[in-house]
Amino acid sequence: MNRCSTGHVINSGLIFIFLYIPLLCVAMFSFNANKFGLTWDGFTFDWYRQMFHNEVILKAAWNTLLLAVVSTIISTVLGTMLAIGMYRFPWKKKTMRKLDTLLHLPVVTPDIIFAVALVIAFSVIRHFTGLFELGMPSMIVGHVTFQISFVALVVRGRLEVIGHDVEEAAYDLYADHKRVLFKVLLPLLKPGIIAGAMLAFTLSLDDFVISFFTAGPKSTTLPLFIYSALKRGITPEIHALSTIIMVLTIVLVLVMQKFTAKNGGEIH
Amino acid sequence: MIDAEKKAPSRPDNSYTVFHGGLVKKKTLSRRAFSFISPGFVWSLIFLVIPCLALFVVSFTTRGDYGQIEWTFTWENMKQLAGFGFFGWSADNLLIVWRSIVVAVVTTFLCVVLSYPLAFFLASRPDKTRTIWLALLLIPFWTNLVIRTYAWFLALAPNMPLAQLLQNIGAIDPGQPLYPSTFAVYLGMISMFLPFVALPLYTAVEKMDWALVEAAHDLYAGRWRVFRHAILPQTMPGLSVGITLTLVPAMGMFVVPDMLGGSRYMLIGNLIQQQFGTSRNWPLGAALSLVLMLLTLSALMASRRRELKKEA
Repeated sequence: MNRCSTGHVINSGLIFIFLYIPLLCVAMFSFNANKFGLTWDGFTFDWYRQMFHNEVILKAAWNTLLLAVVSTIISTVLGTMLAIGMYRFPWKKKTMRKLDTLLHLPVVTPDIIFAVALVIAFSVIRHFTGLFELGMPSMIVGHVTFQISFVALVVRGRLEVIGHDVEEAAYDLYADHKRVLFKVLLPLLKPGIIAGAMLAFTLSLDDFVISFFTAGPKSTTLPLFIYSALKRGITPEIHALSTIIMVLTIVLVLVMQKFTAKNGGEIH
Repeated sequence: MIDAEKKAPSRPDNSYTVFHGGLVKKKTLSRRAFSFISPGFVWSLIFLVIPCLALFVVSFTTRGDYGQIEWTFTWENMKQLAGFGFFGWSADNLLIVWRSIVVAVVTTFLCVVLSYPLAFFLASRPDKTRTIWLALLLIPFWTNLVIRTYAWFLALAPNMPLAQLLQNIGAIDPGQPLYPSTFAVYLGMISMFLPFVALPLYTAVEKMDWALVEAAHDLYAGRWRVFRHAILPQTMPGLSVGITLTLVPAMGMFVVPDMLGGSRYMLIGNLIQQQFGTSRNWPLGAALSLVLMLLTLSALMASRRRELKKEA
């Protein structure tokens, strides 16, 4: 079945080259011995070595990871509950539509609006109570708020795949709702929940805009660090750091794909 | 009336409902449902809905002398947005809003044009290699925004092949990088949003009925007519998702124009960032965000209306 002309193949090849050339440039320069110019001066691992001794970078890496883990845990729990509550109970159509809009809001709004709204809300709260200094907690709140929707949407997808049959069978066999939840629904949902959590985790690692607005002076993350390094002037350590993040991304994408592929095949 | 209704014994009891084949009290059921949704719902209410309302209120307040918010309500920010400033009227702000729309629309258009061949290419791969190609498309998509933009920064540097080539033919001065320029901004934007269009489009192309395309060919339709009448309607759902996913965030983008466009390439996102950063004029920043939100909403409504029209 040949639906794809040579022209399409050439076009697509060029597009892939277009997507990868900049990334390869970064990787290449991370091994370049030349410190100042961008000319090639021989191969070196020095920047990687230096990077692992740079305390600011290590602190930023720790912050990024902490932020991603904590926000993923919170958002996975809340998002899963939201998905089950919304799509397993007979809501009125009108209520359902409103809840649906609320759920889609963070997915479709540009994140800058939503970051700005949070900053304003935090500052108003701070003005009256003295609480909510910008920093790690405010970043976690920001990340959880947009992650919830993504988790809920992924879990909903899985709920639709599962269908009602197994649950109904369990109810017919006189299982109470607690049993149905813990012995039937949650085990069946597990791949969906894990996929949702992984999506939330990558989104958190990936985020720049919301962190940019809600970060305090002490809670720099890796993307924020790279951004400010670009403004100050680049050191080759940044190339090494970016390359490592890219490699981690590739690993995460491959794992995630394997997971979703298995997830889809299992139930049908 | 109401009493009579209550007393009537033949009427079915409204407080029960059938749920999964069993009779459950409606109250129990809604209590159970609420216990599931309330944590997430309350979270979204506190950290999403209320902040957006706060944004709305703040956009009508005044900036204090030290950059604080003063709770006196005016139309001043809106006037300033429309260009009525301290020094009389200027078109700067309106120009930036207009430019944001243009950049978003052009980016979306280019992404769509580039995504079609890609979608056909992906859909025609055999099952085994298709996952690899999809992964190849996903990797740049998941790579951090800042890193990707910075990667363009490197790729367009003065001594990289592309800039060298242009220097040799004399299009740019020797030793000159390709940024800051409109060209660089579009390169960055396209590489940022291309997968957002390509992936939904691929899903649509994969499900396409090729018999229609063949029939069109058989009836001597030219390439354009085949596309217009046989391919476009079938890929419309994927296309409209892709357009929404690109158009809306592209309007609010500020990292790419900031890094690749230089200080003169302001979009509404950069302007908002500036008001919350160096200028410390939160009310004006909030007003700008409100404008961006309205633009977003109108883009969403337009795509929603399309869907509704199609259903009817």
